Amino acid sequence: MNETPGDLKFLASHEWIKLGDDNVVMVGISDHAQEQLGDVVFIELPGIGDEVISGDEVAVIESVKAASEVYSPFTGEVVEVNDSLEQNPELVNTSPYEDGWFFKLKVSDENLENINSFMNAENYLSRLDNNS
Amino acid sequence: MNKTDLFQEHINLGAKMVDFGGWNMPINYGSQINEHKTVRSNVGIFDVSHMSIFDLNGSEQLEFLRNLLPNDVAKIRSPNRALYSPLLDESGGIMDDLIVYNLGSHFRIISNCATSSQNHNWFKKHSEGYDVEITFRKDLSIIAVQGPNSLNILKRIGMENLDDLIDFDLKILNSTMVAKTGYTGEEGFEIVVKNSEVQSLWKKLIKAEASPIGLGARDTLRLEAGLNLYGTDMDTSNHPFESNLAWTIDMNDHARNFIGKSSLVRINKESSKELVGIILKEKGILRSNQIITHEGGSGIVLSGTFSPSFGFSIAFARLDKGHNASGKVEIRNKEFNVEIVSLPFIRKGRIMI
Repeated sequence: MNETPGDLKFLASHEWIKLGDDNVVMVGISDHAQEQLGDVVFIELPGIGDEVISGDEVAVIESVKAASEVYSPFTGEVVEVNDSLEQNPELVNTSPYEDGWFFKLKVSDENLENINSFMNAENYLSRLDNNS
Repeated sequence: MNKTDLFQEHINLGAKMVDFGGWNMPINYGSQINEHKTVRSNVGIFDVSHMSIFDLNGSEQLEFLRNLLPNDVAKIRSPNRALYSPLLDESGGIMDDLIVYNLGSHFRIISNCATSSQNHNWFKKHSEGYDVEITFRKDLSIIAVQGPNSLNILKRIGMENLDDLIDFDLKILNSTMVAKTGYTGEEGFEIVVKNSEVQSLWKKLIKAEASPIGLGARDTLRLEAGLNLYGTDMDTSNHPFESNLAWTIDMNDHARNFIGKSSLVRINKESSKELVGIILKEKGILRSNQIITHEGGSGIVLSGTFSPSFGFSIAFARLDKGHNASGKVEIRNKEFNVEIVSLPFIRKGRIMI
């Protein structure tokens, strides 16, 4: 079980986001999500420079169990992807909130306002409790 | 949901539990991939008590079974042997697959969990006219011990004298049945014990350092071993010839009739589809219902997964005949080259592809 960092925001579809400097947002999936997927065996990441729209399917996670999509939480541009997932997809299982991040998006001020609609860690965890 | 008598043991071992055909079963105890590798390299234990056990009784068990099943139970007329067979309906469609055991005192059938009431009714219906009684044994549990070190671990817990068993042999030790069978393609045993004794046996095995293995790894192990999963790889819409099970149809005794025989003899085997292995070495995972195309036609992916032993994806597919060793699959609008191979992928630790 990985601790849920308090500085992250969560989507109902189990992605987490972390706001960094210069409107750059890091995206990954929650500990709960990786546990549901089981061992992750490979990941299809977006290309650097891709312009993505909020809600787009931007990455695919293949686990021993199934293929699942990762959706973009914002409209913006992909500025960095986590290349180490190419060789070590299991980082998503072992370190979902740190080494297992997926990609970073550069988001405009206007599009970043969406961030207020996402859940904080506490709300996300209590939502999981209510559903289980 | 149904629980086996080992439910609490699984919870104590940190298992992730899932609904498996109405049973609350462990899918993994942490990492499915590690569990898979443990069985291939060492030894693992599985709770498979959700499977259905039927015991027969009466003077015409052999006659009943020879009519019920397409494989010929006369092959295990002598005690302490077991036989795999599909269960067919009148049209030759596969209703289930199972193993029949000759315990000496009587015959036993072990079949899948989701089909238990269907099978029970079918057995009862087709036992009419035979001196046979069928008992559904809810009082028994099953632990599978699988892997190259399975014999050693059983010795360590005091189960001796199993060295001379060959595949599909069995032995009765007091009230326990130990059969040299399994669903992993490794050397291994399946142990049928009373519910009241199963926790103690499980704890002994854990104490002897056998690793618990979830049903997730069981699925990737059996896929590598080329063993079909009922409901995914075959069902009543498929006959044995298109399910890699032609070897289970025994027509040597021309005088023997069995359920589905008259339909099977009418099937044109030349034009039947066939169940083959598929390998995808590029970065993608084969999954059920993807379409395979090849020179002579096409087909559909059945079970598909990431193979922990190979590090790439493998699958079964039911294809039109006329293919050579290569084909194509489309995954998320991208086309990949696949290899078409005969099964199994791995047997007893040996790579067969």
